[in-house]
Amino acid sequence: MTGKIAYINARVIDPASGLDAPATAKGGVLTDGTRIMAIGPDIFATGTPSGAEIVDCEGAVLTPGLVDMRVDFCEPGNEHKEDIESGSRAAAAGGVTAVVTLPDTDPTIDDASVLEFVARRARDVKLVKVFAYATVTRNADSDEIVEMGLLKQAGAVAFTNGRSAVANAKTLSRALKYALAFDALIVQHPEEPTLSNGGVMQSGELATRLGLPGIPREAETIMIDRDLALVKMTGGRYHAAHISTAESVAKIRAAKAAGLRVTCDTAPPYFALNELAVGEYRTFAKLSPPLRTEDDRQAIVAGLADGTIDCIASDHLPQDQESKRLPFEQAEFGAAGLESLLALTLELVHNEHLELSAALAKVTARPAELLNLPVGRLHVGGPADMVIFDPDHPCRIEPDNFTSKSKNSPFDGRLVQGRVIRTIVDGRTIYTAAS
Amino acid sequence: MRNNALQYRESRPYIPALMTAATTGLSAHDLPAEFPFPHRHLLGIQDLSPDEITYLLDLSNHYAEHNRARGPKFDLMRDKTLINLFFEDSTRTRTSFELAGMRLGADVINIAVANSSIKKGETIVDTAMTLNAMHADALVVRHSNAGAVKLLSEKVNCAVINGGDGSHEHPTQALLDALTIRRHKGSLQGLLVALCGDVAHSRVARSNIYLLQTMGARVRVIAPPTLIPAAMERLGVEVFHDMRAGLEGCDIVMMLRLQRERMEGSFVPSVHEYFQFYGLDYDKLQHAKPDALIMHPGPMNRGVEIDSDVADDLDRSLIREQVEMGVAVRMACLDVLTRKRFVAAS
Repeated sequence: MTGKIAYINARVIDPASGLDAPATAKGGVLTDGTRIMAIGPDIFATGTPSGAEIVDCEGAVLTPGLVDMRVDFCEPGNEHKEDIESGSRAAAAGGVTAVVTLPDTDPTIDDASVLEFVARRARDVKLVKVFAYATVTRNADSDEIVEMGLLKQAGAVAFTNGRSAVANAKTLSRALKYALAFDALIVQHPEEPTLSNGGVMQSGELATRLGLPGIPREAETIMIDRDLALVKMTGGRYHAAHISTAESVAKIRAAKAAGLRVTCDTAPPYFALNELAVGEYRTFAKLSPPLRTEDDRQAIVAGLADGTIDCIASDHLPQDQESKRLPFEQAEFGAAGLESLLALTLELVHNEHLELSAALAKVTARPAELLNLPVGRLHVGGPADMVIFDPDHPCRIEPDNFTSKSKNSPFDGRLVQGRVIRTIVDGRTIYTAAS
Repeated sequence: MRNNALQYRESRPYIPALMTAATTGLSAHDLPAEFPFPHRHLLGIQDLSPDEITYLLDLSNHYAEHNRARGPKFDLMRDKTLINLFFEDSTRTRTSFELAGMRLGADVINIAVANSSIKKGETIVDTAMTLNAMHADALVVRHSNAGAVKLLSEKVNCAVINGGDGSHEHPTQALLDALTIRRHKGSLQGLLVALCGDVAHSRVARSNIYLLQTMGARVRVIAPPTLIPAAMERLGVEVFHDMRAGLEGCDIVMMLRLQRERMEGSFVPSVHEYFQFYGLDYDKLQHAKPDALIMHPGPMNRGVEIDSDVADDLDRSLIREQVEMGVAVRMACLDVLTRKRFVAAS
């Protein structure tokens, strides 16, 4: 068990409480074992406690560890792409201290035993905190609703069919209704499969030039429209995952204004890239939903800025080389995202779309609040889950250096600012940047 | 104490072979001072400049005349191997390349990879590795996925010609179409060309649009809306859904093949309806210019996209000449891509 540790010279930002204390030698965070003992700009005014280890943060930012509400650790079933250990290490390297994994594994997380398997693996690995979704329907593809009550008791934080939509309107409306009994959240991949099927990238000029079958934006907006109507009908709690179009933002903005219990998130590709990243058949830019147009990208940024979009998730979807080194139409969808999440979120700050604290809220307090997770904020007595990072440090995203088993990043070679210096979970340092 | 110290052997200096007519086998025509075709592969018309297209067409025309005069075989590709790698069925294109390779003196091998065995496409990169080991000099590849030929070209160390990739490009088809048109109209500049049919799934249409526009022709596309891809007008073409209106004033009417599986219900309701509105017959043709010529990349669906009488009209139809020009164009492409690069005299 670790003893007291004093983190000094850190700019401490806690988006949940609004704390933003400048870096001084007299202030910072004091932890004891797994817990936070004190936070503030002058807690060490009379010196650090005797016997405490001192970590000099040298002016870096200290915030709650990132909470990534959408990752795929591919375990059980696809451990050659990622497993709970490699995924956890990637999270740690990305400054992420809590993740929520998707349930469309093989087998899917549709009963408590698979959920318990994931929890046990995460306990054994003992790096970041791994939470899990359960599916909405059995096997993530049927119309049979899972045992939501039992799964929630067993620890499922919310329900989603992961990378596929709950396409059947009756099934979704029943799920939304049934979930009310347990105040459970339904997370939707908003894409109408009968419209998107066969498509591999955003429909439009580039797809036409490349000769690739397109996915129109309407595949997403139709589904969001329909789902919002079902939310209104049932009164259920609904979250649209990785929204990517301007119209989706507008619809959710309106739904929120109308008082529906609706939230949403997006992922860095949708605010930092557009369809042109596909270039000449770059399969690393083959994502689901597809990268959209520049207008959409700007609307996503605006949605993040005005709070319509609650959270940013990495949408970490590792794919091995064999799944990507294929003709575009045959390649798998998805990108590894954990290790670029922080730097890309900070782009919103450097580009002056969001204040630092507001940007951090979308990857810490807000997802934790939505999913009711006991993480994502700094408070006395709370778990010492923290990340220390330099928000200005220039670097290049180099997937070859990723800790993740998979290196499929559409941000390959991108110049960014922001570097994780240290990741701490329950008071224990699980990652330190090579100096 | 190391007695057997590493022995450094001086590597043999590299002496480039002398570039003479005897070593390069160039006899049919002279190499210009600056090599006019700086590409390693021919993957699409989009990569070509007007000068490069003109050069290829001029050279193709030269071969066309030679072939028509039943001139002797060339030895430009003597001791070179051409591999036709077809992941998708083809008779006409493959045969045309085969013949082109033979006329240039190459050893030609055809590899037909059954579609069923490449469902898992890993093989495309594996195939590239295999081909590298065979030391081919030129590779013609057809694949049902857009971009697959480019992917393969990045992994092999020989020249690659795109023989058609999915709905993306089919550059030699566009070149042979252009050559055929040029032989009849003198130039492509200022012509009005109508492309009719399944534009959405047609690589022939895309390559032709790029080539014709690059060379100064105007392009119209005529098809039912379900067969027009998204943002089509962004490619600089005029889109028509009424064939008679679209043909008005056209110099060239280029018909596209409609795949059987797209005719029955999914994209168009029936063959019967399609022919009624989009099949080329004399009645619709009279809306084009009186001297308008008819083309089709083949194989034709008679009575679906084109009336038999129109297709066989010797005064109007260039369909047979297109096949003839196909061999000449493919000879030119193989020639420029396998020819030793001209080394400037120092």
